[in-house]
Amino acid sequence: MSAFDSSAIDLVQRAVQRALAAGAHSADAALAESDSFEARVRGQEIDFVKQARERVLGIRAFVAGPGGLRTALTSTSDLTPDTLDRMADETVALARATAPDPAAGLPEDGFAGALPDLGLLAPEDRGVSVEARIEDARRAEAAARALDPRITNSEGSQVDSGFRRSTYANSAGFAGSYESARHSLFCEPLAQHDGAMQRDYWLTAARRLDGLEEPAHVGRHAAARALRRLGARPVPTCEVPVLFEPMVARSLLGQLAGCLSGAAIYRQASFLQDRMGEAIASELVTIVDDGRLPGALGSRPFDGEGQPTRRNVLVERGQLRSWLLDSYTGRKLGLPSTGNASRGAAGAPAPGPTNLWLEPGASSPEEILRSTERGFLVTELIGMGFHPVTGDYSRGAAGLWIENGRPVHAVEEVTIAGNLGDMLAAIDAVGSDLVWLGAIAAPTLRIARMTVAGR
Amino acid sequence: MSAPRPPRSLAPASPSDAAAFFRERFAVDERSLARTFETALERRVDGADLFFEYAVQDSVALEEGIVKSGDRHVEQGVGVRVLAGARQGYAHSDDISVESLTLAASTARTICEASATPGPVAVHTPAAPARDLYPVAMAPTDVPVAQKVRLLEEIERYARSRDARIVQVMASLVAQHRHVLVATHEGRCVGDVRPLVRLNVQVIAQDATGRHREIGYQGMGGRYELERLLDPAAWRPLVDEAVRVAMLNLDAVPCPAGTMDVVLGPGWPGILLHEAIGHGLEGDFNRKKTSAFSDRLGQRVAAPGVTVVDDGTLPGRRGSLNVDDEGTPSQRTVLIEDGVLVGYLQDRLNARLMGMAPTGNGRRESYTHLPMPRMTNTFMLAGSEDPGEILRSVSQGLYAVSFGGGQVDITSGKFVFSASEAYKIEDGRIGAPVKGATLIGNGPDVLTRVSRIGHDLALDQGVGTCGKDGQSVPVGVGLPTIRVDGLTVGGTQA
Repeated sequence: MSAFDSSAIDLVQRAVQRALAAGAHSADAALAESDSFEARVRGQEIDFVKQARERVLGIRAFVAGPGGLRTALTSTSDLTPDTLDRMADETVALARATAPDPAAGLPEDGFAGALPDLGLLAPEDRGVSVEARIEDARRAEAAARALDPRITNSEGSQVDSGFRRSTYANSAGFAGSYESARHSLFCEPLAQHDGAMQRDYWLTAARRLDGLEEPAHVGRHAAARALRRLGARPVPTCEVPVLFEPMVARSLLGQLAGCLSGAAIYRQASFLQDRMGEAIASELVTIVDDGRLPGALGSRPFDGEGQPTRRNVLVERGQLRSWLLDSYTGRKLGLPSTGNASRGAAGAPAPGPTNLWLEPGASSPEEILRSTERGFLVTELIGMGFHPVTGDYSRGAAGLWIENGRPVHAVEEVTIAGNLGDMLAAIDAVGSDLVWLGAIAAPTLRIARMTVAGR
Repeated sequence: MSAPRPPRSLAPASPSDAAAFFRERFAVDERSLARTFETALERRVDGADLFFEYAVQDSVALEEGIVKSGDRHVEQGVGVRVLAGARQGYAHSDDISVESLTLAASTARTICEASATPGPVAVHTPAAPARDLYPVAMAPTDVPVAQKVRLLEEIERYARSRDARIVQVMASLVAQHRHVLVATHEGRCVGDVRPLVRLNVQVIAQDATGRHREIGYQGMGGRYELERLLDPAAWRPLVDEAVRVAMLNLDAVPCPAGTMDVVLGPGWPGILLHEAIGHGLEGDFNRKKTSAFSDRLGQRVAAPGVTVVDDGTLPGRRGSLNVDDEGTPSQRTVLIEDGVLVGYLQDRLNARLMGMAPTGNGRRESYTHLPMPRMTNTFMLAGSEDPGEILRSVSQGLYAVSFGGGQVDITSGKFVFSASEAYKIEDGRIGAPVKGATLIGNGPDVLTRVSRIGHDLALDQGVGTCGKDGQSVPVGVGLPTIRVDGLTVGGTQA
C-alpha cells in the first residue's frame, strides 16, 4: 500500500484560512485519509475482497455572537479546492443561523508540542499483500474446522488491514498530523450437535502485523468457544454471583465511560453526576485511560482538538477521580480538558476514551472460578438494556453454569439484571488476565450478586 | 439570519432524474459505464455492477434551550462489484471519474484468476423505477435552516411548559437527500432519489429529591416532506409522549424476573418480528445454513393465524424503497403465512445461489459497502380480537408498549429486546409501570406461543435503524396487539 501524499496539512490550513476569510471568529479542520482492504474466507473459498481509499474533510467554524460563539460543522469527501472554498463559506453561513453559546470555542492554549512516536504503524507492513492476509484467514478457518468434527460450518474468517493519516489544524496556531495502522483477524465458526447450532468468535487486532496472534491459534480458540456452548439451556430464575470473561467485562467499561463523559455530566444524563470524589466501586477497582500507550489501538499523540493525550486515572481503588473531558465539556464543568476530545473528520469533537482499562488483580481466572461455589460465567451479552441516567442494567446473556468451582453446562436464553452502580460496588474478584482485544480492556470480574432470569 | 444555500441546486427530486443528475454532475454516461464493465469482465465472472451515490445530510440539534450547532455532510462515491460464484470483489472510491472507475473495476476483478474474452457489453439506457413512493416538492435538505432552528426552539418551550420536573430537553432534526444510480453488466440502469427526515425529542425529568432522574424519548420520521414535521399537530403529540414516558419512569417499580405471559402493544413492539424472525430469514444466513431457520421452508414456525410480511412498497415509510441498492424493485414478500414459513429475504447474489428470485431486499449503508439481504418494513397482519379482551385474558403478566433496542444471535436463534415502557398485568388489568424489562426468547419458537392477535395493526412512527455486519439502514416494523404465552422477562425482582 502506498504512502499518502504530503498535501494534508496544506489542505486543512487552507480550509481554516478560508473560513476566517468568510468571517469566522475562529475555525478548525480535520482530515482523515485511509487506505484499506478487508477479505473474508468461508470454507477455504474467498467470500469477498474489498478495497477502499477514503478521504473526509470536516470544517468547524465559530462566529462571534452576543455572549458567545455560534458553531457549525460541515464535511465532504470532495476535496477539490473549489468545493473546499465553497464549503468553508457555507460553514460560516450555517453558523450564523445557530445560537451563541458561551462555552463554545477552540481550546485557548495547551496544544501538543513535539509529537511522540507512539509506534502506531510498522512501515514494513505497507508491503503487505492481500493474498498473504487471505492466507491468514484460510489458516484460521482450517484450524477451527480441524479442532473437532462438530465444527461443521462457519460465518467465515475475516482479515483487514488499514492505514490512516489523521491531520488537524486550527486558527489558534496548532497543526499536526500522524499516521497509524490497524490489522485484525476474526474467526467465527459454528458447532453443531444433536440438531442444535452454536456460533462464537475470537479475534486479534494490532497496530503491527507482528502484533497479531497466530491465525491457527485464533481459529482453534474460536472453535473451542463455539463448542463449549453446545447443549446450552436456560437456568431457573435466581440470584447468584456473576462472572464476566475479559471479552464481556470490557463492555461494562465501555458503558461506564459513557457515564464518565463530561457530556453526560453537564446534561444531567449520568447516574454518576454528583459522585465526584466518592466511592463508586469496590476497592478492587482502578480504571485508567491513557492515550500514549506505545503501540496500543487507542493511542494518538494529540486529541481531536490538538490537545496532548495523557494518562488519566478515572477511578482509583473505587474512588471516582476524573471525568473524560474535551475543552467544551471542561468549560461547562469549570475544569481543564483531559485530552479526551474524540473526533472523526466528519463529526464534532466529544469526550471519549483512548486506551481504557481496569487494572488487573492478583488472582488467576481459574482461582476465581474455583472459589465460586455456584454462579454464572458470562461469555456473551446481547441487547442494549443499559440506561446511563439511572445505571439500570438488563441484558441477554449466554455462558457457563458453575457448580462447586467448575463449569457444568452451557447456559443461554437468560438475562442478567442489576444496576451498574451496585454492580461496580459488588465486584469481589478481579482477575490477573487483562486481555486487549481493542482500545478497551478488562480482566475477569466477579460481581457478588445479580438477578439471572430464566425458566 | 440568512440561510446557507445548498452547494448546487439539487433540483432533481424524482427517481427519473437520478441518472441525469449523475450524468451532469460527474459525466457518468453510457460510454464510461461500458468501459468500466469491459475492464471488470476481462476475467471469467458471473456479473458486475456499479453503485453511484451522492448524499447530503444536514442536522440541527438543541440542548439547554439553544440550537448549539448545525451540521451538513456531503458524501459521494462509486462502488464497483464483480461477482463470480459465491465470491465478490469490491472496490470503491470517493472520486467519481472514468479513471477511478476503471481502476476500481480492475481491483474488484482480482477475485477471479481465469481470464475470459469479454462478450459484448450491453448499452445502458437509464430507467426510472415504475413508481415513486416518496415524491417531495422540495428536498428536505433545501428547507432553510432558520425554519428548522425555530421548530426546535418551539419544541423546547412547549416541553418545559408541560411539567416543572423537566430539567433537560434535547431535540434534533435530521434531513437526508440521497441520489443513487445502479448499473449492471446486463444493461439494467436504474436510479432513485430518496428523501429521509427524522425528528427526535428526549427529555430528562427529575423528582423532588433531586437524586432520581429518568429519560423519556420519542421520535418520528419517514421518506416525506420535512414540512410535515414542522406542523404543531405532528410534533406536539410527540413531545407530550416523551414527557409522559419520563414521568411514568419516575414512578416505575423494579421489573419482575422470570417466565410469564406477555402482551405486546401495537406498532413499535413489532421489533419482536425484526429480531426474532426477520434476520433469521435473510437469504445470506440461509444460503450458508448458519440460521436457526435454515432448511425450514414449508414448516410451521408460528401459531395458526400468524402472517408476517416484509413490504418495501408502503408510501413514505422509513423502510420503503422504490428500488433496492441493486436496482431490483422493492415488493411485498410474505415470510410466514398462517404460521408456515414460506419466504426468505433475498438480494441478487443469494437468490442466484439458492435458485430463488430476488425480493428487492439487497441494501447497503452507502457506496462504501457491499449489498446484503436486509429488511424494509416488517410487520404482522392484523387478527380479529379486541385489544382490551387480550389484556383481560392475562391474569399475571407483563404489558409492553414501547421498546429501545434489540439484538439476535442468528445461529442459536436467541433474541432480546428491551422495553422502554411496560406495565405489570394483574388480574387482567394494567398495573404499575415497571422499568428495565428485557424480553428474551428463541426465534423459531416464540411465534408458536402467540395465542391472541388483535385487530389493531399499527406501524411504528419511523425511527428504526437496523445494524448488520457494521452497516446501518433505515427500517420499519409493525404489529397488532398480541399475546405471547411464556416469554422470559429479565427484571431484577427474582
